[in-house]
Amino acid sequence: MRLTCPHCGERDRREFYYQGDAVALNRPDPEASDVVWDDYLHNRDNPAGVTRDLWYHEGGCGAWIVVTRNTLTHEVLATELASDVTEVSA
Amino acid sequence: MVELLAKTPCEGLLPISVGNVSLAEDLPVSLTMLTVHKGRLEACSELLKSAHGMAMPKPNRATGTAAARAIWFGRDQAMLVGPAPNWSLKNEAAVVDQSDAWAVVKLEGVGAEDVLARLVPVNVRTATFKRGHTARTMLGHMTVSITRVGEQAFQIMAFRSMAKTLVHDLQRAMESVAARG
Amino acid sequence: MRIAGKGQVDRGTPVSFTFDGHTVQGFVGDTVASALLANDIKLVARSFKYHRPRGVMGAGSEEANALVTVGRGAHQEPNVRATTQEVYDGLEVRSQNRWPSLDVDLLAINDLAAPFLGAGFYYKTFMWPKAFWERVYEPIIRRSAGLGALSGEHNEGIYEKAFAFCDVLVIGAGPAGLMAALTAARAGADVLLADEDSVLGGRLNGEREEIDGIPAAVWAADVVDELAAMPNVRLMSRTTVTGAYDQGTFGALERVSNHLSGANGRPLECFWRIVAKHAILCAGAIERPIAFKNNDRPGIMGAAAVRTYLHRYGVAPGRAVTVFTNNDDGHRTARDLKAAGVHVTAVLDSRKDGPDGQGYPVIYGAEVCDTGGRKALESVSYRTVSGEEKLGTDCLAVSGGWNPTVHLTCHMNGRPEWREDIQSFGPVDGMVPGLTTAGAGNGTFSTMGAMQEGAAKAKAAVEALGFEVGDVDLPSAEDAPYNMEPLWAVAGRGRAWLDFQNDVTVKDVKQAATENFRSVEHMKRYSTQGMAPDQGKNSNMGALAVLADATGRGIPETGTTTFRPPFVPVSIAALGAGGQGVGFAPERFTTSHDASVTDGAPMIEAGLWYRPSFYPKAGETKWRQSCDREVQMVRNAVGICDVSTLGKIDIQGSDAGALLDFVYTNTFSTLKVGKVRYGLMLREDGTVMDDGTTARLGEEHFVMTTTTAAAGPVMRHLEYVYQCLRPELDVSMVSVTEQWAQFAVAGPKSREVLSGIVGEEIDNESFSFMGCGEVSVGGVRGRLFRISFSGEHAYEIAVPARYGESLYQVLVQKAEALGGGAYGMEALNVLRIEKGFITHSEIHGRTTAFDIGMERMVSTKKDCIGKTMSERPGLSGAEREQLVGLKPVGAVKQLTAGAHLFEVDAEPVRENELGYTTSVGFSPTFESFLGLAFLRNGRARHGEQVMMVDHLRGVTARCEVCDPVFFDPEGGRMRG
Repeated sequence: MRLTCPHCGERDRREFYYQGDAVALNRPDPEASDVVWDDYLHNRDNPAGVTRDLWYHEGGCGAWIVVTRNTLTHEVLATELASDVTEVSA
Repeated sequence: MVELLAKTPCEGLLPISVGNVSLAEDLPVSLTMLTVHKGRLEACSELLKSAHGMAMPKPNRATGTAAARAIWFGRDQAMLVGPAPNWSLKNEAAVVDQSDAWAVVKLEGVGAEDVLARLVPVNVRTATFKRGHTARTMLGHMTVSITRVGEQAFQIMAFRSMAKTLVHDLQRAMESVAARG
Repeated sequence: MRIAGKGQVDRGTPVSFTFDGHTVQGFVGDTVASALLANDIKLVARSFKYHRPRGVMGAGSEEANALVTVGRGAHQEPNVRATTQEVYDGLEVRSQNRWPSLDVDLLAINDLAAPFLGAGFYYKTFMWPKAFWERVYEPIIRRSAGLGALSGEHNEGIYEKAFAFCDVLVIGAGPAGLMAALTAARAGADVLLADEDSVLGGRLNGEREEIDGIPAAVWAADVVDELAAMPNVRLMSRTTVTGAYDQGTFGALERVSNHLSGANGRPLECFWRIVAKHAILCAGAIERPIAFKNNDRPGIMGAAAVRTYLHRYGVAPGRAVTVFTNNDDGHRTARDLKAAGVHVTAVLDSRKDGPDGQGYPVIYGAEVCDTGGRKALESVSYRTVSGEEKLGTDCLAVSGGWNPTVHLTCHMNGRPEWREDIQSFGPVDGMVPGLTTAGAGNGTFSTMGAMQEGAAKAKAAVEALGFEVGDVDLPSAEDAPYNMEPLWAVAGRGRAWLDFQNDVTVKDVKQAATENFRSVEHMKRYSTQGMAPDQGKNSNMGALAVLADATGRGIPETGTTTFRPPFVPVSIAALGAGGQGVGFAPERFTTSHDASVTDGAPMIEAGLWYRPSFYPKAGETKWRQSCDREVQMVRNAVGICDVSTLGKIDIQGSDAGALLDFVYTNTFSTLKVGKVRYGLMLREDGTVMDDGTTARLGEEHFVMTTTTAAAGPVMRHLEYVYQCLRPELDVSMVSVTEQWAQFAVAGPKSREVLSGIVGEEIDNESFSFMGCGEVSVGGVRGRLFRISFSGEHAYEIAVPARYGESLYQVLVQKAEALGGGAYGMEALNVLRIEKGFITHSEIHGRTTAFDIGMERMVSTKKDCIGKTMSERPGLSGAEREQLVGLKPVGAVKQLTAGAHLFEVDAEPVRENELGYTTSVGFSPTFESFLGLAFLRNGRARHGEQVMMVDHLRGVTARCEVCDPVFFDPEGGRMRG
């Protein structure tokens, strides 16, 4: 498997650390309800198809990356810097 | 008053030479990590030019010369290799001394690419990885910085504490390449 | 039998090797199989289950019968295919799965018991009694059925792995592959051509045909020469591409030196990870056998394999050869043999019509219905409408048609497509993204067609990559149509083999269907069809056809089983190359490592780091003696300990304080410059992640320390928090763990040690407890932190790592002059247990700030990671297991870590468990074992007693529950 780091280009999967669903970017307000926090921390979709998750280029430049990929075909559809995604949504 | 004696990361381990490829310690006077303050990349690049003669490198590139090089290390981040940093850089970047943090070696000779191909999961062949190209990647299990510094020469940086493993892994690959002839 | 003047082996260079101890002569260029056949050795193996005599069947990596063991002792390699192992002087080859010998195999009794050993016999026979499973049945099965064995000795051979990158990977160097490589290379693409054979050319080396008027093998050699001369082409012979993986990654096994008598430092094998922008699979096709009664005798071979032995090796596998075929290829074998002067008994063609014989009889409408001869083929019986006839023959060349080698195209879950025209499954381009197929592997069986397709697929591929391709000159070559009428199995009684390697017969597949294992995947598992090392390459199509017939369905409806990597067996040694011994993981050494080793300290692994356990002095024979002395030394004088392994992160920027406030539960933005504060870090779910101290060196400059174990994870976490959650912050983070060598100087005489070393005055004003600052150490700029992990008046002093060893030696020398010295991990652990300081034994991923008594450190005035969730019900309260101290008070004075806690009179069973111990040690200070533990509602139970029960070590101790801080609870010694 190969992922494209927005900085470094296409790299072998071994350089990356896998975190989990990119929903982690949307940290709730500290005062948000238990349900919201529960969702944020624990509940994940398990799509047969397109999914977005967070990877860390630990064996490379240290960038956190949002990877959009297809769990059925293994196709990697897009990679973006997490900081860009967060800044845009913030 | 005590007197402290200095020891280099690869002392007692290098140089070695196997077949056509040699491996030697190549420790510069100084290593300095520059992390540019938010939004100050251009200003920092200008400052770096006036202070040390090279611009901030673009991703996967190194700027400067053998005497003073800036190697891309990450987003808005470069390792200044060679001279002691001009402290005015602090105005535009966080300046962190890394002179003792890295083992720096030079792998040189016909076959150096083949040696790296046994350890490094990126393409370092001349056609795609030219002089002045650099990569943050892995060598075996270690995170490293690899820069092509000559036709058949690479500068490799790994954590100081892993110097022995760095030499071990490279030496084994050098022997394997040499044995194939 | 060797044929004079034929073959490509080097007749000038004879080679001698042994087979089962007998010396065999061959030539350079021979495989074990060709050399054995040249010496008329027909019996080379015993079958898996029935121990039937078997001979060489094919001439490639798909060989099902001729598996042998090569080498001896540590170099022994079992299950090597005799058809791919090249011979060299001194090669030692042994047959396998026989006892006492290949010729007299007593386990051949299984063949007589065959009626009881059919499909599913394992499941039916070895059921009762259950107690027999492991002790009786398994040893029996393992001894009687099986393949070769490993030596059990450590494999000293060198194995290698490597990475390669290219524009176009061409897999297979037959006519299609050579044309594909040539076309792509001439266009300027970076081409990698891999072929599993030692000589490139594929079937061109095994046929008698011409390309552009010259012998095909010569044409192939010329093309290989042209490719070899091009700088943008890499040729990889003896390299089998074993798997296709995501994003254009391929695995490939190169046999580097196991065809040579001496490796001379070369690896035996290299496992390549190849990344290709495009791949063209030109893997050819595998000739399929036909199932008929006793079709497994030595001497029954593939018709194309017979041609390969004739043309490539100059070997006739028999003196009187019979051909059984359902297509024109069988006739080709007969023609070639005849032309080489080998007697052809007859061509038995199952079709009604076909080519004429050329000096040998051709019998149409004939089907072989039995064979004779036990250790070598002696006769063949065939049936026509006019009855049954018997022929004397010592070799039967069988051709049942061809199956495209589609395996790699299926490795990413793709399914091949049934093709009526070739009565087989063919690949579909795109099943592996970026991979196209050409030639026989795509069902295009003529040489001309293969070359055309190879060139066309390469042109399309490199044009898509942006290369310009000129006109491709195609040579002229054989372009015969593929005339075949399917015949999978000859009807009749008796055992007809499908899977030779696993001894699966037509009857077994039918029985599976009868017992309702109708799905092809079920049939496979029930009968073991296709589950041998060849993974059904020779047999799956035939078995499918039989299953389709038995279940009244067509073959396409029946479907195929799934082909998975690897295409050929890959040794674990090659996959794990480089991972033996110290290659398993990097070793990290502190600057004081050599000095500690010189002082006799046993080193223990802490993650990747090596740290000293203790420093034995003369007369100390047990580690406890050294540990006790070192603890007392720190309490009474001074000790030196290398703490460089702790993570150190330099944090700068105008928002550095804000970031720290967000990742730590407590506040750092208010910390004064020149001060250090202890910090606690939570995971977002409220569990404690790590702890450590952070020093403020300047208004916008902090240095955080992490525990040794969490240095990497904490760095990752900080980057996560910054990049993913707070990218607007102006902050920089750089690991400086490796930059600084840092030593703890601990004990009442610590200041005395440092005062001679540090240029500056150290007193309670300049360096009060939790103070920090820059100092000069022999002219070197260092850092001094007044922090303590022992409860003593202590410092940590840091200098650039190049001076680490030197400073360590100076410190130890000074300390020793004051009655102190170096101390190791054991003493460090006891010192911190006495003081109730926690490590990852306590913050082990399930404990909260409340559990460790630090809930007040979670600031209520600000948000931080983990804060919201730490307030969840259930993460605090009396029901939680809370950190306590334990002291033994009963007859048993020993405590153990990992033991469980119970009420004094409760039965020590799980339902009654109240907690567990995490850290214990013998405290020379208190002359008692001390323990840290988590006990339900523990903080309310100080002074009460519990039982510590270690079920594993058999230790039960009555303990008093107390505060976890045993030593100097007021902290006067640290501050003083």
